[in-house]
Amino acid sequence: MSLEQCTVCARHETLYQELDAFIEKNRHRPGALIEVLHKAQSLFGFLPAEVQAFIAKQLGIPESTVFGVVTFYHYFTMKPRGQNQVKVCLGTACYVKGADRVLERLKEELKVGIEEVTQDGRFSIHEVRCLGACSMAPVVLIGEKDFFGRVTPDEVPKILKKYRG
Amino acid sequence: MAKVKSLEELMKIKEKSLKDLQMRDTEKKGKIVVAMGTCGIAAGAKDTLQAIVRELADNKVDDMSVVQSGCMGLCEVEPTVEVHMEGQAPIIYGHVTPEQARRIVQQHILSGKVVSDLMVKKGEI
Amino acid sequence: MSATDKTSIASEAPAPRVEARAATNTILLCAGGACISSGEESCLQALRATLEKYALQDVVKVVETGCMGMCDAGPLMILYPEGVFYQKLKPSDMEQIVSEHLLKGRIVESKLFVDPSTKVKITSAYDDHPFFTKQVKIATRNMGVIDPMSIEEYIARDGYFALRKVLQEMTPEQVIDTLKKSGLRGRGGAGFPTGLKWELTRKVPGKEKFVLCNADEGDPGAFMDRSILEGDPHSVLEAMAIAGYAVGAQKGYVYIRAEYPLAIERLTEGIKQAKEYGLFGENIMGSGFSFDLEIRMGAGAFVCGEETALIESVEGKRGQPRVKPPFPAQKGVWNKPTLNNNVETYANIPPIILNGPEWFTRIGTEKSKGTKVFCLAGKIKNTGLVEVPIGITLREVVYDIGGGIPNNKSFKAVQTGGPSGGCIPAEHLDMPIDYETLKTIGTMMGSGGMVFMDEDTCMVDVAKFFLQFSVDESCGKCTPCREGNRVMYEILERITNGEGEEGDIERLETLGQSIIDSSLCGLGQTSPQPVLSTIRFFRDEYEAHIREKRCPAKVCRSLIRYHIDESKCVGCTACARVCPVAAISGSLRKPHRIDPEICTRCGSCIEVCRFGAISKITPI
Repeated sequence: MSLEQCTVCARHETLYQELDAFIEKNRHRPGALIEVLHKAQSLFGFLPAEVQAFIAKQLGIPESTVFGVVTFYHYFTMKPRGQNQVKVCLGTACYVKGADRVLERLKEELKVGIEEVTQDGRFSIHEVRCLGACSMAPVVLIGEKDFFGRVTPDEVPKILKKYRG
Repeated sequence: MAKVKSLEELMKIKEKSLKDLQMRDTEKKGKIVVAMGTCGIAAGAKDTLQAIVRELADNKVDDMSVVQSGCMGLCEVEPTVEVHMEGQAPIIYGHVTPEQARRIVQQHILSGKVVSDLMVKKGEI
Repeated sequence: MSATDKTSIASEAPAPRVEARAATNTILLCAGGACISSGEESCLQALRATLEKYALQDVVKVVETGCMGMCDAGPLMILYPEGVFYQKLKPSDMEQIVSEHLLKGRIVESKLFVDPSTKVKITSAYDDHPFFTKQVKIATRNMGVIDPMSIEEYIARDGYFALRKVLQEMTPEQVIDTLKKSGLRGRGGAGFPTGLKWELTRKVPGKEKFVLCNADEGDPGAFMDRSILEGDPHSVLEAMAIAGYAVGAQKGYVYIRAEYPLAIERLTEGIKQAKEYGLFGENIMGSGFSFDLEIRMGAGAFVCGEETALIESVEGKRGQPRVKPPFPAQKGVWNKPTLNNNVETYANIPPIILNGPEWFTRIGTEKSKGTKVFCLAGKIKNTGLVEVPIGITLREVVYDIGGGIPNNKSFKAVQTGGPSGGCIPAEHLDMPIDYETLKTIGTMMGSGGMVFMDEDTCMVDVAKFFLQFSVDESCGKCTPCREGNRVMYEILERITNGEGEEGDIERLETLGQSIIDSSLCGLGQTSPQPVLSTIRFFRDEYEAHIREKRCPAKVCRSLIRYHIDESKCVGCTACARVCPVAAISGSLRKPHRIDPEICTRCGSCIEVCRFGAISKITPI
């Protein structure tokens, strides 16, 4: 096994430990599955089959139940995402104000499609449901908290620049 | 913290915090309220808040409190900032970029003149 | 303040002699389209000349602004800091305004702005701004006023006084009675009487009951719940504790969208603070009543806004709706009696308890009491969040509060109720907004999102947008919603692609009606509404797409092409440079042309053309 793989293993090891601790803490709360999945996705970035199997085992529920919940909700993903998830709001107000054109421009700038990750792993593009900042339409959200309002297609390169490192 | 058990105890908290809220008999000269709802943040309220804090510090102003609040409704003019000097009606400013925020500190806080071109409303909302 | 600061400010200030003379320091001249056409520019020149004559040009700043909205009274002017508002200006008025108002501080009465509806002269522009004056704030009473992270400031505004009153002076029955008398109805959309809901839950026997707060605000275009939770989290917490006491529950859940991290953060902090003061948790205010709350994060499924799907999701399962009855009041979370209300409904409750039901019934209409919070978004000047008495007319919301439609465009329709609602066209502008009236024209109050559309919005395209939303969000449990919406979507796609056929409109109507009749939950039962309602009011637009292959609003890409007017094009090459697919050709200073085969109709060229040479043509 190469050295690089080992560091990944080691990192995963700690992530699994952290997830396990969270499950232990919430085990007594009935219906904690969705909370656990939120935690797992925040740790691993996505929910691959191994992680789902681990959760099922620790919670003592069938894997099919975990898979059923993961695939039901848009928020959960089984595909890896970029370090910076660029989310374009496609709520009504954003749509009426031209969010589709912002999305087109993003795809051009990053040279990837929706739900795809750029080669350097830095970005991925996602369509999201209304973010509730309709008065600022069209809205782009990068990560969880960086909101950009009244975005025009021409502002896209400037916004991305901050995250290019 | 003491648990509240009666109307009297609740009244006491109310009276004390009401003074802060309305800028009466406080140790501060006034307060600056930055609307930090999601809409405000999307319009750049975080940068505005930072600019205000820095400008106050650069000018060694320590008798103004800077606080956040939720959305005041008129999202169109976000980021919004309210300046409430003790004994005066609050002034609400709209479209406050970091640059305009520094102007508000200079003109309104330091020289007591309302920055009229940014003013959206005078008085309580 | 240090001495150096003082000098730096002094150097910026105008010479004291002049400052004393000029009360005004800024003049705003409206340079909206209407004011320009009524002579704003010559007024500006005259004003500048007059200011120079009195040597005031360096003291008084003249700013041209965007449209102020009162276009009939233009050209308009506002003088700051006094906020005096002058209307119908002529260049010859400038002498009087400068010499009287600026130099002597006397208002020029004859030029004062007159409110067209009240005929009253307005001296101050913004203290009486209709955006604020037409609002009645109950649910949003603290928003933007207090620091949401400070329970003390909430208490300063009478927070937790209602909970104290309930716990120490009222029986659960009295609380429910108060709510019933107030006439409060659910603000989540359907408008079920809140007091009755509480009573039903109270009457079901059972030791363990639950109180839910639906903060899964999924309607695109609605953000009132987010704003309330972000701006005033305690108002919801206090009301949930009151609900717990009234129905006999000790535990509550707030089900909130994961897309609202800020609201979750403030709610969590709010619960912590309330517990520290003994206003939440064990033995609240020594009354013996205990109430605790958990936050449950949603995970992006619109159907979870439906109460039985929400309950499934709270239990950690796939959010598929249950069959009703039994209703949540009988069997809700973990099959226990459960009360579910929406954020805005809760936020109304503490003031009702404190001020009494009679106070509340004085606001609103016969059947719909109180206020409703609406979110104004889309093609409207004052986007934002407003709280208005129920029964206000749409016209007041659009033109007084909303400031009208931007860029001199005309109002076409407003979508209410999101993907479950319908549109209201201009002919119904004077209709009062309440639960019953909206239903008569095929839409609904919904949670309060209002997305405005102007002449550039294609109603077929909008209907397709909403249907795509419903297709994506159908949970898949019942066939009419899962498959029927998909078929409707395919028909709309054909129509917008220019492949529509005679009979498509009728097919949409029949299919839509059967989806409404045969779906299990509220999502399915309402999903065809946007299509049916746009057909009802904009049938001609559908027909234009189908028969003439024409998109009247020039939106549908397959039905339009871009064209450069050679007589207006100066050959600046701006459009050719911005075109992402190199569809525009032409040499410098020569008219350009667009190759319709290559063009993707992205619209970038129109944006950069400064000569108005590019236009959209339909049909192709």
